[in-house]
Order: sequence, then structure tokens, then C-alpha cells
Amino acid sequence: MIPRHLVLSVAVMLVVVIAMGIYIRHVRNEARKVESADADVQPVAPPAAGPTEAVTLYVAYDAAGQLRAQAAQIPLPGGRQQRAEELLRALLNIYRQPEAGHPLAAASDVRSVYLVDPGAAVIDINSAFADEHRSGVMVEQLTVDSLVETLAVNVPGIQRVKILVDGKGRDTLAGHADLMDWFDVETVKQAVGGQ
Amino acid sequence: MKRFALAAAMLALLAAAAPVEEKQLAVFAPLTSYTLPVVERAGHEYVGLLELLEPLGRVSSELAGKRWRIRYDDTEGDFEAGRNQARIHGKDISLTAPFVIENSRGLVPLASLGLLLPRFLGMNVDFHESGRRLLVGNVGIRPSFHVESGPTRLVLNFGRAVNPTIATEPGRVRMVFKRDPVTSPGSQTIAFENQSITQANYSEANGQAELDVAASVPLIAAFSNNGQTITLSAAPAAAKTATNPVASSATPATATPTQNPPAPAGGVPAPSRPIAVVDAAHGGDERGAALTDRLAEKDVTLGFGRLLRHELEQRGFAVVMLRDGDVNIPMDQRAGMANGAHAALYVCLHAASQGSGAIVYTSLLPVEGQSAGVFRAWNSAQAATLGNSRTAATAIVQWLQKADFTTRAASASLRPLNNLVMPAVAVELAPGPGGLEDLASANYQQKAAVAVAEGLASVRDKLGAQP
Repeated sequence: MIPRHLVLSVAVMLVVVIAMGIYIRHVRNEARKVESADADVQPVAPPAAGPTEAVTLYVAYDAAGQLRAQAAQIPLPGGRQQRAEELLRALLNIYRQPEAGHPLAAASDVRSVYLVDPGAAVIDINSAFADEHRSGVMVEQLTVDSLVETLAVNVPGIQRVKILVDGKGRDTLAGHADLMDWFDVETVKQAVGGQ
Repeated sequence: MKRFALAAAMLALLAAAAPVEEKQLAVFAPLTSYTLPVVERAGHEYVGLLELLEPLGRVSSELAGKRWRIRYDDTEGDFEAGRNQARIHGKDISLTAPFVIENSRGLVPLASLGLLLPRFLGMNVDFHESGRRLLVGNVGIRPSFHVESGPTRLVLNFGRAVNPTIATEPGRVRMVFKRDPVTSPGSQTIAFENQSITQANYSEANGQAELDVAASVPLIAAFSNNGQTITLSAAPAAAKTATNPVASSATPATATPTQNPPAPAGGVPAPSRPIAVVDAAHGGDERGAALTDRLAEKDVTLGFGRLLRHELEQRGFAVVMLRDGDVNIPMDQRAGMANGAHAALYVCLHAASQGSGAIVYTSLLPVEGQSAGVFRAWNSAQAATLGNSRTAATAIVQWLQKADFTTRAASASLRPLNNLVMPAVAVELAPGPGGLEDLASANYQQKAAVAVAEGLASVRDKLGAQP
């Protein structure tokens, strides 16, 4: 016969375990709400001001499944790295418009572009860009090609590009496009040209 | 006494939290074998009828309220949710439990399969309900036993190549057949008139068949005759008693991550036919794209993959399917399994809600790693065969266009294409004229599968076998 106090102890322990599980779940859900609220209110970097320059943006169009070169006049700052960042932000601005042919989430942004000589560029996008990106081989590859081609065409000397998310490596953009390796600019150019 | 009671209570808690083994039905047919999940509803075991018939032929279904119609080749079956009566090819049939419709899927009671399937397939089926194994046609493999003396050996002949996992323990050798339609040798227990190897026991459970050989000495297993014969013999006296699993001639596949990539599912195909690897992307907790509120990419790729397997086998390929169930296999493991199969080609299947028709991808190679001698850099292993991959992609595009798909070829940085040493393509199926519903349509997938298989068959000779 099991002593009564032992049975009561086990029953109390079970209740505590279940209650703690429910509480931990509640706390985690609350934390997630706070994180997403923070992400929603993070401002997208404001556009640079100043004299404009002619650039070529490689804009993706889902319906056609390809990039199209699009001339644009955008204000570009003096520094090479800042120019690269503003270039890609101008590109993202097109994708954030309501009727964009390749829509991206409103909170998508480029955090920074690091130019590492010789010939390497690292594009650091924010987590909203990746987390809220539509999932699919074509749509993800178009985004990658668009970023790489736009950067390579307008920033002389770029030979390879890496994409990070919030400063860290990530397996894929949204489940398909592989982000673990460096993109060879020449290979991407040939692939884009063959579309 | 108090401590014992406390320990028992803790064990009970742990047991309650322990994962329950998923129930599955193993199906063995002349051209394919696969497993399906079995679900329990109102005390009865059920299986999806469309998923069961899909790998065996052309199948489609329609749902109208509580009525569900399935068409397999020229045979129609009419079912109604909540009813035990069904009508197959104009004849009434009684089910052992009410038909269930769940998320547009038609579920039939497992116990009724022995009665249902011959009506659809037009051939006999051998259904082992307690072991959840279904054999279609004359695919069963019945082993024969022969004990030899001086030195003592037990020779098991199967008549066809088999691929069991083999584990040796003190006093027994356990052979588990997951992918082979092995059946009972005639009786559950066979006794041998031998002091060293005493008896063999046959059992079935959850889709697997098991042969346990009891012995008074440690045994080792050896394969011969192209995998058709397993010989159990006494281990050398100097060897220690084995307690770890003994590798078979071709290590069978599992869907769980392992250190060394195992051989792919489906066993080792006959060498005379070129091997095609079909890889249904995603799986398990990796659902892929949410195509609709209910339809996940992983489900479409699996259905599509099974149809493609059937079509490729019809065209003379031996097909290895990397995933034949709802499991997640890491990318490196998929690449390892495909490379290890020494396949002639590899096809990865995806699905998307954007776009239309289908896009056929080859690898967008990254910055190349350093290759050294015969060893290729992992991230650019595809480089040597990229030309052949593009040949295959072009052929598939042509056949998809003939089948009225909007289609083109493209490049993508898509794993595991970069890590493969054989011609490798990925096909992303998008909605057709019917919209998103096309993606769930077996007819639409079938049409695409035929086109892909025709494309690959048309360039089979150009692709070449892999070393």
C-alpha cells in the first residue's frame, strides 16, 4: 500500500509540472508578441538627400519570372559603402510599393553593405526581409539575383557577394534559395542574361 | 518500499511522455514499395485511399459535400462520409467501419483493404492486417532455409535481392525487412536439428517483417548471390560476441539523420537499368511553402514524386526515392544518399503558388571551392556535370511545352544541386489554368510527371552512368 502522503506528493508535483508548462508557454507567447511588435515599428532607413545620379536597377517581375534593367535617378552619398546601401534601398523601395511586380514585406531593409577588397561584398538584410519573404524557388532566386546584379553593375570591382540576415549566416532566404555560399557575380550575370 | 514507489511513479511519468511509434502500412507492388501513415479514428485504423492508390497508377478524386468519388484508371469508387457502404465499379461493398472524409482526404478502414483493393487493381492482394503489410500481386518473397554442418551454417535463400538491417545479439541474429516483401516461410517457427543454430522465428509488426534466428554460438552474416542469399555462420573463436548491428551489403536507408549518409530508400536497384533519384523536397516539420491554408509544399512534392517514380519506372529507369513519407531529411544527407546511389540522374521536386506551369532549374554554382585530385569540392561538386544537367533540363522543358505547360529553364542556388556529382535538375511546379487547385490535383501532377519522365528518357543515353 502506497503511503497517502507519497501519493499526495506525486499528485502535487504533477500539478506543478503542468502549471509551469502552461506558464512557460504563456510567457513565450508574450515574448513573441513583443518581438514582432518591435520588428513592426522599426523604421526603415530614410532615403539619402542630395544630388541624384543615374543608376541601373535590376528589378524583378514575378509574372515574367525575370529581371528587367530599369534606369533610375537616386541621391547617392559620397562613400562607396554608403552608396551601395542606398542603391539597394532604392531597389527595395520599388518592391515595397503596393502594386510591385515582386512584392516584399513593408519592413524589409538592408542593414548594411560591407565592401571587402578585393572584390567581395556582404549584404546584411534584416530579419523581416527574410522571415516575411514569400517561399518559393523562383521568387527567392529573383530577389537574390536582383540584389547581386544591381550591386555588381553599379559598384565597380564586385566579383562575389554574400548575403547575411541580421549579421548572421542563414541556410536559405525563405526555405529555398541557398545563402550559405558566396554568389559569383559572373555566374549570376550569365544566369540573369539567359532569362 | 517508499523509494520503490517513488521510482515507479517517475517511470510512469517518463513513459507517458515517451514518443509513441507512428503506425504505418507498408505496401509492396511489382514496381514500387512505400509506406503510408495509419491514423486511428473512433477506435478503427484508417488509411488514405488516394495516397494508397496514387503510386500504383493514374488516380483522381472529387469531393461533393459528403460524397467522395475516386477514379483509378477506369475504375470508379463512390464513398459517403459516415456510411459503411461503398460502390466500386458498379458493385456494392461493405466496409468494416464508416468512411471518413478529413481535409478533403478520403480515409478507408484498414481492415477493408483486402476487400477494396482487388476491385480497384484488378489483381489479388495479400493483406496482413495485424502486421500492416499489403502485397499487391505476386511480389511476396518466401525464404527457404538450409542448415549445413562442418562448419555449421544456416543459408537463407530469398530468390530476389533483399536488404534487411541485421543485428547480432548474444544468442540471436535479428533481420528486419522494411523494404522487402518478405513473407512467412510457412510457419511462424522453424526448428532446425542442429545444436548451434536451433530455430528461426518469423513475425510482422507495423509494416516490417522480422526473422529471428536463435543460436547457441555467436553468428555473423554474409550476403552473396547479388543479395539473394544470406549465410549465417559461427563467428571466429577469436572474435568477441557482437552486440552492435552488422552492416548489410547495402546499408538500408532511414529517414533519420546519421553520421554517414546511408544508401537511399528502395534498396539496390538492378544494375542493368539506369538509376534515377527522385527527391521530394521538404518533409516532416519542414513544410516548405504554404501553398494554401491547408496545402503544404511538402505534400505536393511527395505526391508528385510518387507519380514521377511510377512514370520513370515505366520508361526503364530504376528509381530511388529519397523520401517516401512525411520525414525531414537534411540537405547534406540527401546529397550523400544520391551520390552514394551512383545514379545516372537526380530530380528534385518543388511546388509554388506563384507563377504558372513549371520551371526547370539547374545549379547556380557558387564561388568554386578547391578540388584536390579525385576529390571534388563539396559546394561545387556539380560543376563537372553541369553541361549534362542543362541537357536534361532542356529536354524536360521541351516535353513540358508539348504537354501545354508554361515553362522555361533557369538557374538557381538550390541545395542540394551544388553537391551532386550526377546530372541534376529541380522542377518547381506552379499552378496551371485551374489555379491553385491544380497543385493538389493528381491529374495535373500526373501530366507533369509524364512530361518530366519523357524528357529524361529522351536524353538517357546522353547522360551517361556515374562512376
